[in-house]
Amino acid sequence: MTNEIELIKDPGLPAHVHRRADTDPKAAALAERQVAILFALSALGTLILIYSYIFIKDDVFVFIPVLGNTNVHQLGLGLGMAISLFCIGAGLIHWAKTLMPDEEVIAQRHEFRSEDEDREEFVKTVKAGASAAGLGRRPLIKRTLGAALGLTALPPILLLRDLGPLPGNDLSKTSWKKGTRLVTDPGDRPIRPEDLEVGAVAQTLPELAPGKERHLDDIAKDAVLLIRLRPEEFNLNAERLSWTHEGIIAFSKICSHMGCAVALYEQQTKHLLCPCHQSTFDVTRAAKVIFGPAARPLPQLNITVDEEGYLVAGAPFSEPVGPSFWERSS
Amino acid sequence: MKRLSRLRRHHAAGPILLIFALFTIGTTFQVASAVNSESPSVADRSVAIEEGKQIFLKGCSSCHGLNAEGAEIAPSLIGVGAASVDFQVGTGRMPMADMSQQAMRKKPVYTPEEVYALAMYVASLAPGPEIPTEEALNYERDGSVAEGGELFRTNCAMCHNFAGQGGALTQGKYAPTIMGVEPKHIYEAMITGPQSMPVFSDKTITPEEKLSIIKWAKAAEAEPQLGGAALGRVGPVTEGLLVWTLGIGLLVGVAVWLAMKAK
Amino acid sequence: MTARERVAGNVAGYVDDRTGAAKWMKKNLTKVFPDHWSFLLGEICLYSFVILLLSGTFLTFWFDPSMKEVVYDGSYEPLKGLKMSAAYASTLDISFEVRGGLLMRQIHHWAALIFMVGIVVHLMRVYFTGAFRKPREFNWIIGVGLLTLGIVEGFLGYSLPDDLLSGTGIRIAEAIIQAIPVVGSYLAFFAFGGAFPGEAFIPRIYTVHILLLPGIFLALITVHLMLVWYQKHTQFPGPGRTEKNVVGYPLMPVYMAKAGGFFFIVFGVTAFLGAVASINPIWLYGPYTPAQVSAGSQPDWYMGWLDGLVRMAPPIETHALGYTISWNILIPGLIVPGIMFTGLALYPFIESWATGDKREHHLLDRPRNTPNRTAIGVMALTFTLVSLLNGGNDIIATTFHLTINQMMWFSRIAIIVLPPIAFVVTKRLCLSLQRADRDLVLHGRETGRLVRMPSGEFIEVHEPISAEKAWVLTSHEQLAPLELPEHDGAGVRRPGALKNKIRNRISRAAAVAVPKATETERRELEGHH
Repeated sequence: MTNEIELIKDPGLPAHVHRRADTDPKAAALAERQVAILFALSALGTLILIYSYIFIKDDVFVFIPVLGNTNVHQLGLGLGMAISLFCIGAGLIHWAKTLMPDEEVIAQRHEFRSEDEDREEFVKTVKAGASAAGLGRRPLIKRTLGAALGLTALPPILLLRDLGPLPGNDLSKTSWKKGTRLVTDPGDRPIRPEDLEVGAVAQTLPELAPGKERHLDDIAKDAVLLIRLRPEEFNLNAERLSWTHEGIIAFSKICSHMGCAVALYEQQTKHLLCPCHQSTFDVTRAAKVIFGPAARPLPQLNITVDEEGYLVAGAPFSEPVGPSFWERSS
Repeated sequence: MKRLSRLRRHHAAGPILLIFALFTIGTTFQVASAVNSESPSVADRSVAIEEGKQIFLKGCSSCHGLNAEGAEIAPSLIGVGAASVDFQVGTGRMPMADMSQQAMRKKPVYTPEEVYALAMYVASLAPGPEIPTEEALNYERDGSVAEGGELFRTNCAMCHNFAGQGGALTQGKYAPTIMGVEPKHIYEAMITGPQSMPVFSDKTITPEEKLSIIKWAKAAEAEPQLGGAALGRVGPVTEGLLVWTLGIGLLVGVAVWLAMKAK
Repeated sequence: MTARERVAGNVAGYVDDRTGAAKWMKKNLTKVFPDHWSFLLGEICLYSFVILLLSGTFLTFWFDPSMKEVVYDGSYEPLKGLKMSAAYASTLDISFEVRGGLLMRQIHHWAALIFMVGIVVHLMRVYFTGAFRKPREFNWIIGVGLLTLGIVEGFLGYSLPDDLLSGTGIRIAEAIIQAIPVVGSYLAFFAFGGAFPGEAFIPRIYTVHILLLPGIFLALITVHLMLVWYQKHTQFPGPGRTEKNVVGYPLMPVYMAKAGGFFFIVFGVTAFLGAVASINPIWLYGPYTPAQVSAGSQPDWYMGWLDGLVRMAPPIETHALGYTISWNILIPGLIVPGIMFTGLALYPFIESWATGDKREHHLLDRPRNTPNRTAIGVMALTFTLVSLLNGGNDIIATTFHLTINQMMWFSRIAIIVLPPIAFVVTKRLCLSLQRADRDLVLHGRETGRLVRMPSGEFIEVHEPISAEKAWVLTSHEQLAPLELPEHDGAGVRRPGALKNKIRNRISRAAAVAVPKATETERRELEGHH
């Protein structure tokens, strides 16, 4: 049955069809001119670029629809460059398409596989080489060489050891200590509870010892957000409630998910949103996660006031701030 | 348009300045001591309050209650202050067109004079944040653009985006763009915390710092396209969109032309 | 012989005396390249890589890869006097003090985006046409390697300026490293030279970005191209095209002019984008500090799908015995991408194992003729696209008045539900296209002309299609499914029966097809008319 079915046959490469430029000298001349015009345009583009570089100051702006009020210097350089390059390309392609031979050529493929004899000979050569070296007969050499080569892989790993210090408990510590004042970021001004109205927020950092510089490494763990609510709006256990002060609650601003600064506070819903991955935290319930990928609430900072009436940390953070890591215990 | 709005601001500036000064003095000090020179303006103010009350009863009381005490669908306005009213009504957010949505900026329903009257009426109910004076809003003089940028990025960019273009909040709410917003309204938003926005107290962000933020916002608004079309200034999303459409589109277009047999 | 020819001949002779290049060149200058627009997608990648090398070298002349704090004193007013890293300040200087610097920065970044788009569409072309089959599996793996490295290289590149957006990206990368069980915090401290952000990271990734990875790229691209050259390009089925030949244009002069011209086209288009469209305006982002973040913080698009996966991940962490495993980071950040890329790299082997097809293939498949493969491809693309969309969910939400919560839940459900649907729909679509092909060959093309028959009924005139077209539509092979033994003669399960059963299943699914039209059937139909 199967041999009776006749498949549709390959009609073979179709006959070559001549282009206009192949038969009509006028069309060929036209194509030649078009290519030349493209190359000339390219030269013009280069001139635009040179002119813009030398003569157009970088404070000149012109209104261009779609783009807006655009810098002419930058635009001249870029468009000049674009024209000069694009037109060379267009010219070359147009030349190849219209004037270079367009008859398709057939080339034969060769088989990649080596001849059987070659393969056999290869195997023989390898075997002969191996036996000449005597690897199989001298296991002691083979084993020691293997061990030695294996060991050479260690130094590169070892040598990378000094890339950085060991983490120690660095990820679990912040600069906050009992009595550290909260100061505004930026501005470094201490804050009194009465400075914040209900509904107000403040971005804060721990006060620096005099003469000390603030490092990004510290900010990356120390940033704290203050929020003032009506005390009755809290839905906290007694301990957490005692960490607040007159309706002011403080959270680590470093997201417990991946460390972005969570400071997007919605005053009406009392929700904090992280703009990176949209984890949403409920401020009234100690930053409990109510949406998104974060798995832990933001650490809450125990705050109180010092004898001068400024807001201070009542205790250090009770847990590591920022994203999780293996050694984190909760 | 811009000129028009500036002119309008200018018109309102005089009376606002004067009456505002009086209002503060009037509530904090003895009014009697200044009766002689300021009585006509005090009278002006009471006229404004009365006019405001009428507008309020007609346009606002159905939601906010006859005495602005609030109701289930709208908050109490007692103590929100003149600044809050000026912001909400002056930017067209109030009265709300659609209760299901977040109040949007739109063409104000009331004239500046009516907005002023409303603000005076609400301010008369209980003290609250006041409308900043033209003098207090001289951000060109008192602000620093670089400092403003830093303050903006710390306090505002997480909602309003790095270039003040606005961004998404939870459950369909959004932080609006601050481009094209009047300096006065930006200032009022910071001190009153409208809708989802928190309040930024004068102690944590000083009035000068607020002016710096405004100066930065105005500089960002006026910044021309330094590197070509801004693509909305929303970051890599639109850049990716452009490269997947115009970028690869142009290249594939040329490739198709290249591989097409010439006639 | 003209004087010029004499000089050229002498030079060529001098070189050939020492290298014997003439023999090799003679053969290869007439090398045949098949012409099809989709064969230029890989060239887009190659050329944008060259553009990246050129523009990148330019940028290195001014860029200072240091995280040391400096006070900005350049011409961009809104940042004047602010403290920032030298890396950020020097990027500002490239943008505003170096003439053409901003253009070069934009060209570099657009070229990087085009490079990655090129890789992805090239990969799609290779996948859907089956160009990865024997003998080209090595090149497929190299390609997947280039894609992976391209993502890393791009990420490192846009992280260099140390602006607020890219710093946020580094922060997230650090969190992923930190989340690796057991060694995470150690790896993070080694990578950053201590606590995040430290002062070591940018100088380090600079070396990786401009030396290590470009070197690996050059090596891999060279091997990739040499293999293409040596194995000769695949070609689409067509009249005169067989598994044994390659039909196209010779390298000299046609292909040289076209490919050379296309380099200038790619460079020109990239320069055009650099001229008219702003990209990565770091002066607007501001310098990085960990206490700041912008709404709508997204990575570049080729990382966007990863960010989208991270966003939609369920909030799961395991705390046990005093240790923490962050599934909410590990699953979307490492496990799922690991599975995706491993599956991608192994696909040629999986397919040949499942179908039992171990032969060489130089003729490409039309995607409809391999419904299973096409459907798997569309399924994977659907998965990636849902993730990518979720990576921009906040921008989409504000633009189309949706909520991020809706978007997120849509993505969480769609990422599981849509890919299988895409599979089924694509497979159906392929089969109906096959049916359409069959009808076209057997009944010809609908001409739109109506003719009234003597009986009064109207019929539409069908015109037979050309022999070439008929060949294109029927030249593909239709493999019978495997029938590997699962039981021996006595009906007892053989060892390896399960493996054979799986292979039989897959190959049966892969072999589902509408029988292609044959000459015999055509003739029979003609007899009827």
